[in-house]
Amino acid sequence: MASLVGSRVERKEDGRFITGKGRYTADINIANQTHAVFVRSPHARAKIKGVDTTKALKSSGVVGVLTGKEIAEDKIGGLIAGWAIRSEDGSEMKVPANPPLAKDIANFVGEPIAVVFAETLDEAKEGAEKVKVDYKVLKAVVDPAEAMKSETIHDGVEKNLCYDWLLGDRKAVDEAFAKADKIIKVDLINNRLVPNAMEPRACVVDYNTASEEITLYTTSQNPHLSRLVMSAFGGVAPENKLRVVAPDVGGGFGSKINVYNEEIVCSWASKKIERPIKWVAERTESFLTDTHGRDHVTHAELAVTNDGKFLGFKNETIANLGAYARVFGTVTPTYLFGPCATGVYVIPAAYSNVKAVYTNTAPVDAYRGAGRPEATYTIERLVEKAAMELGIDRTELRMKNFPTQFPFKQTLVHTVDSGDYVAGLEKAKQMADYEGFEARRKKSEANGKLRGIGVSSYFEACGIAPSAAVMSLGCGVGLWESAEVRFNPTGQISVFTGAHSHGQSHQTTFAQIAADELGVPMENIDVVHGDTDKGTFGMGTYGSRSLTVGGIAIVNACKKIVAKGKRVAAKMLEVNEDEIEFKDGEFVALKSNKKKTIGEVAFACYLPGQRDEMKSPIPEGDEPGLIESSFFDPANFSFPAGSHICEVEIDPDTGNVKVEKYTAVDDFGRIVNPMIVEGQVHGGIAQGIGQALHENTQYDETGQLMTASYMDYTMPRADNFPEFNLGFTCTHATSNPLGVKGCGEAGAIASPPTVMNAVIDALGGQEISMPATAEKVWKACKKIKKSNAKAA
Amino acid sequence: MTKVTLEVNGKKVSKEVPDHTLLSVFLRDNLNLTGTHVGCDTSQCGACVVHVNGKSIKSCSTLATDIDGSKVTTIEGLAKKGKLHPMQEAFKKTHGLQCGFCTPGMVMSAVDLLQTKKNPTESEIREWLEGNICRCTGYQNIVAAVKEAATKM
Repeated sequence: MASLVGSRVERKEDGRFITGKGRYTADINIANQTHAVFVRSPHARAKIKGVDTTKALKSSGVVGVLTGKEIAEDKIGGLIAGWAIRSEDGSEMKVPANPPLAKDIANFVGEPIAVVFAETLDEAKEGAEKVKVDYKVLKAVVDPAEAMKSETIHDGVEKNLCYDWLLGDRKAVDEAFAKADKIIKVDLINNRLVPNAMEPRACVVDYNTASEEITLYTTSQNPHLSRLVMSAFGGVAPENKLRVVAPDVGGGFGSKINVYNEEIVCSWASKKIERPIKWVAERTESFLTDTHGRDHVTHAELAVTNDGKFLGFKNETIANLGAYARVFGTVTPTYLFGPCATGVYVIPAAYSNVKAVYTNTAPVDAYRGAGRPEATYTIERLVEKAAMELGIDRTELRMKNFPTQFPFKQTLVHTVDSGDYVAGLEKAKQMADYEGFEARRKKSEANGKLRGIGVSSYFEACGIAPSAAVMSLGCGVGLWESAEVRFNPTGQISVFTGAHSHGQSHQTTFAQIAADELGVPMENIDVVHGDTDKGTFGMGTYGSRSLTVGGIAIVNACKKIVAKGKRVAAKMLEVNEDEIEFKDGEFVALKSNKKKTIGEVAFACYLPGQRDEMKSPIPEGDEPGLIESSFFDPANFSFPAGSHICEVEIDPDTGNVKVEKYTAVDDFGRIVNPMIVEGQVHGGIAQGIGQALHENTQYDETGQLMTASYMDYTMPRADNFPEFNLGFTCTHATSNPLGVKGCGEAGAIASPPTVMNAVIDALGGQEISMPATAEKVWKACKKIKKSNAKAA
Repeated sequence: MTKVTLEVNGKKVSKEVPDHTLLSVFLRDNLNLTGTHVGCDTSQCGACVVHVNGKSIKSCSTLATDIDGSKVTTIEGLAKKGKLHPMQEAFKKTHGLQCGFCTPGMVMSAVDLLQTKKNPTESEIREWLEGNICRCTGYQNIVAAVKEAATKM
């Protein structure tokens, strides 16, 4: 039987999506449901002196109005930060309370204060307008760089500082810098982004008054975790009385990891008003209240010798957490950032210092790549600038500092198990026709255009799990993943996974893996996810972990099925277990060549002694049934890596930047479905180009979000991109039996510096910040013209 | 309230709805045709694209009353007698979708492109799809799907 792993299998999930039969949360309606509309703070920072709901309660169709007062009285817990980070001085991070409905103070525009339930959406909207909130507006803290000097937002959080974190050795770095021939310096802003999954957040809650069970349908990347958080921290209901279903989810990119105010409030309220509740965010609500991404201000330095050896690295970063610390908010700018900030290089001494501050803006959390794009942008801008200042070819300089031995003990935390960084960069150079660039530059020049080329080489640590590692770094829980493989008596198989697909194609990829392990056609396998009533507790999907952690749990559960199948088949065929070989879905007795298919064995496991077999095929010590589960906790992260090369052409008259060529060579270890992996890379690159050239989240000085719709926030469109040219190298991961590495975030990690290095190259080395909009680039072009005129 | 009569996916429907009812709301809430999605409320993302009298429009910014008497085709009505439209086939074949949320609008918009222009160039495809936002695919395989469908339509 040909292996399915490695083949371009069309997706099992597509049938429903291309015919409009997908079932997203907003598509769900429950008889007798009410519609929820939230009253949100129009101010970035304001004391709430009073909330008057009298008029709203009398408004037509309104069923109920609830505020922060009631939710506090019912002792419903707030939103949580998942990772405890310590400051350099050993002190614990400072985390303010984050109630689901603000009672005394609002800390960002859009923070919910009250909620109105009504028979129709229009009536709920009208009712919400009649809720009168008496605010005392306070001066907002908006700029992260100024936050430590501004007045305190949260009581007890001095200087608005959550933590002042250090990773690495300051003394060793000072010594390394003292020996350097040259110090390369950059000041960078990693622009704040809104993840913008195309499906706005939504929830539908159904409270069953008979069983006292709450069912929450929601747009979540991790329904099991949502239930845990809402039960253990929110106190909404015990876990056995709370079912969380994340049906088809229209993209997440990190923004659907958190349990949000609306989910907690609607779940709690449904029990209170004894009616089902539906809430669907408008796009502007999503802009205001989805967790945002990035938002770093960084100064970084690289110590080098004249012949291009890297001696030391350091960064001083201010990371904006927004108004509150959320699930991955505190770890994203620390352990997901610092360890990767030295990039793919041997750098003997390094430290990463991050001060995380609170501001009166939406909470900042994981967004595709989470910390690793910020890290890669930092080191790859430094390396490109070093190449320019040292007069060494950018690829030669990189190769000179790549590790050549694996496992590679990276400077700050990770031991990278496998990789071949030279091969990746060589392949990218060849695919991009790197050597032919100067000719293309001249051609562009002849047309009055500026052409630039940029390179970035990256590695990243993903497959977020190893419990021992993440818990030692401050994660509140271990991060493994679960799977259950369940044979039905008649041979179809349900594979339950704790991971969640919101575009990642698990129904297909996981079926490919299980089909290979069990030797059955993919069509016989259904992958089930997204419902806490189906399958065991699982951790969900983020940090490129689904395949490397969740997929392996499936492999291991399948291996247990085969192991039991061997015992049963041996008894059925009346031979010893060690005389049975399992191949292509059949248990074969080696001497007699007698066989039982895995389907026959499954049937026998459930209906022992049926038909002509008068004795039970279940061996002594085994139980009937054919169901196995596995919880996989890998020994290490997975470390995808690669090199990307971009060419841009700038029109100096308009400042417009056109991405002319984009080449990506990635090492994701063994690839299960190349078609799906390519899709992940395309999407990641597009988001990264979005960050580099188009997207920016802009608050004004009072904390009003100026970019709160698609009219104001530039989402990349089809005509912003060329066709991406992808290539792969392969070194197997050693931390899992499939040899796979995560692929979901790599594109978004590698591409921002690749593009910016190209833009800056085209501008003759002139620094420019992301996004390199036409206006900024046009101004930079004018400076070039002036300096050219002077030189002439 | 106004009575709106439409032919939706070949079936005649008549409903009394508030005057401000958007076509997207009419389709989703009144007819339970939830394949048409709403992604932005400002006529930018294109998840809500349907065909009205054969031309693609954004149903989130069209009043149902304004198109009274029209023929509407939604994603649910594109496949005929269980046979997928070549554009649907092409999206599946080229992996032109991931989370699937933008897909209905993307497919409906792309079908109109090929009705308007038989063999569009790559840049014509990309320009046409400028009104449809996808956050997952980087558009590459969507463009590939349109090219693929162009050979079949």
